[in-house]
Amino acid sequence: MMLPDDASTILPLTAHAAGYRVGEKWLLQQANFTIQAGRLTTILGPNGAGKSLFLRLCHGLISPSTGSITWSASGGAINGRKRHAMVFQKPVMLRRSARANLIHALRAAGEPQIQARADETLERFGLNHLAAQPARLLSGGEQQRLALARAWSLRPQVLFLDEPTSQLDPGATRQIEEMIEVLKREGVTLVMSTHDIAQARRLADRVLFLHKGAIIEDSTTSEFFKKPATTTARAFVAGDLLW
Amino acid sequence: MNAQFTRRLFIAAALTVCTAAQAQTAQGTRFIVASSTTSTQDSGLFGHILPLFKANTGIDVRVVSQGTGQALDTGRRGDADVVFVHARSQEVTFVAQGFGVERKPVMYNDFVLIGPKSDPAGVKGSKDITNALQTIQQKQSAFVSRGDRSGTHAAELSLWKTASVDLEKSKGSWYREIGQGMGAALNTAGAMNAYVLADRGTWLSFKNRGELDIAVEGDQRLFNQYGVILVNPAKHAHVKKADGQAFIDWLTGPEGQKAIADYKIGGQQLFFPNATQPGA
Amino acid sequence: MRLYAKITILNFDHRKHTSDVVNWNLYNLDAASPFRAAMQLILGLDPQFLQIVGLSLSVTLTAVLIAAVIGLPLGALLALARFPGRSAIIVLINALMGLPPVVAGLVIFLLLSRSGPLGALGWLFTPKAMIVAQSILVLPIVIALTRQIIEDLWAEYCEHLTSLGQTGVRAIPTLLWDARFSLATVLLAGFGRASAEVGAVLIVGGNIAGYTRVMTTSIALETSTGDLALALGLGITLLALTLAINAIAFGASRIGARLAGAS
Repeated sequence: MMLPDDASTILPLTAHAAGYRVGEKWLLQQANFTIQAGRLTTILGPNGAGKSLFLRLCHGLISPSTGSITWSASGGAINGRKRHAMVFQKPVMLRRSARANLIHALRAAGEPQIQARADETLERFGLNHLAAQPARLLSGGEQQRLALARAWSLRPQVLFLDEPTSQLDPGATRQIEEMIEVLKREGVTLVMSTHDIAQARRLADRVLFLHKGAIIEDSTTSEFFKKPATTTARAFVAGDLLW
Repeated sequence: MNAQFTRRLFIAAALTVCTAAQAQTAQGTRFIVASSTTSTQDSGLFGHILPLFKANTGIDVRVVSQGTGQALDTGRRGDADVVFVHARSQEVTFVAQGFGVERKPVMYNDFVLIGPKSDPAGVKGSKDITNALQTIQQKQSAFVSRGDRSGTHAAELSLWKTASVDLEKSKGSWYREIGQGMGAALNTAGAMNAYVLADRGTWLSFKNRGELDIAVEGDQRLFNQYGVILVNPAKHAHVKKADGQAFIDWLTGPEGQKAIADYKIGGQQLFFPNATQPGA
Repeated sequence: MRLYAKITILNFDHRKHTSDVVNWNLYNLDAASPFRAAMQLILGLDPQFLQIVGLSLSVTLTAVLIAAVIGLPLGALLALARFPGRSAIIVLINALMGLPPVVAGLVIFLLLSRSGPLGALGWLFTPKAMIVAQSILVLPIVIALTRQIIEDLWAEYCEHLTSLGQTGVRAIPTLLWDARFSLATVLLAGFGRASAEVGAVLIVGGNIAGYTRVMTTSIALETSTGDLALALGLGITLLALTLAINAIAFGASRIGARLAGAS
């Protein structure tokens, strides 16, 4: 599975006093954290805490206003190929077939053996029967599975997931969570935002608790849920946090 | 897939252009462009004589029909090889300015004054065009003028002058300049119950006559002489001298003259060849 | 207006003529005669008529193709690029959608005239000049509408494509391909503008029988010779042709869009 150039790693991802503001309003401030290889980190917090923004900054879609967020390999790329990918809350499906969506991503990212890898990906996630269907006519769950498979096909070392199940029904949510478990076992480093406490409990190894644009807790999942350090986190875990 | 799409688009475009270009060359590489008047075109004369010329010489004549003024301008700019118009003084100037090689008379037709059958000015049947125009002006009967610097327009203006009517002074709502071709002028006159000066050829082949009829005809002063001029190759090097001259020679020679005389609408001859008439 | 108002009440004469320029003689003219004329034209398959229809189509389609090849990437570029004066250019191009054909024709005429800067090409009074003129008329439509469509699509695709490293010019092929069904409508709008105009092709083509005469200039000519039934008949034929092309394109694009889930 691993390509030769995966011998080197883009991790860790390190943030130093990273901040982001729009006008006078700080949406993220003084963020310091490090993402190491091989775990699922969840960015937990209520709506509007800045979780999506956090992931976009890590993925490089936007740049921090202050401080820095850096990969150990420049731009998170090795041999000119970006080794981190992202799946969005609402999957962006191109107006073409499911398989053509994979082909497009592989080609755009400059990956080799495009056709073979598209087929392998469909096979890997049991999407063969959807291959020829227009991606935009798939159900919400199928679209998100395809989006996850598409990201996986790029062989990222790190995969950012922005609330991947928030718009799905319980059945589809389970399928996505199973896929995430598979990726975890394969050794992909995952960073996932969620506001779903139960999901964080099920999947995460580590919790970054985000509230009003600040990381106020950074601990292992078991520690976080056993004894949250802040009153805000306690209230959130208890389901009492009003933002 | 995107690259393919774009490539396909380019190929399709290239193919279309090639096909269009081929279609053009297939239609004959030998051709000249003649700028002429709407009257020769609209009357159908060219449709009759050009195929005969082509059968004879293999040369295609592409006719751009405009008003005489415009047609001469087209020749001045070098956009035609031959000019075939009817406004003698303008033709002479054209040659004198060096734009044309030589003016040769070809044929004449005549103008007719067209008017509504109800004849509001009471000029119908007259053989005196100046008298008729004076009456129309005095009675303020509606009159449609081409107003497009064409040969017919020029002829109309000179007729008003001959009739001692000062248009600048007496112009009013009765006198309507439309700035369009002969056919449009006839259509307008029909719609407005107005008088209009027309060449007989266009009148005979005009179909939308409605209430219009000939009011005045047969006056010597209504004769309309056509001339043909080769655009000067000294001014415009690309002018097809040999083929243009061949057309002129044919038009003014016995075959062309006969072809012109043979063209009839409803049994009526439209154009009278007079290439050999001195001073025409 | 007066001219056409009059048509309905005129009693056309039953008159024959022997002109070779116009072979499509019509003798019995009444209210239904334009339709009969149209039927005779279409069913009669007169070679002269077919040549005119063929030329109309090839000139207009080539012009639309050229405008597409230039205008689609340019419109996409304008949608994605940010530079000073961009708004001014957008307003200018939007305004040029209303460029009067006669003005476009006149400008091309002056450029292509033997006495003009491009006179050496010898394109004036040829189908090439007509293609150039119509391309210029269609180009602003293609650029302006493409820009709008691509800008909207980019808003949707922006994050995904940026994530894949497809930004700026590199995103254009993806965006154009995915907007293909909307863009087909843009090209149809361009086709409509080009096939309906008479001013530009008349000036630069010269309406030469058998060479640069197209449907719209024929209509103008038949109107001026007073053969209003034939002129209207030609008009009906042109309309039918445009309708057919639009129906085919619309149908194909609709089915395609449904299959691709783009609707």
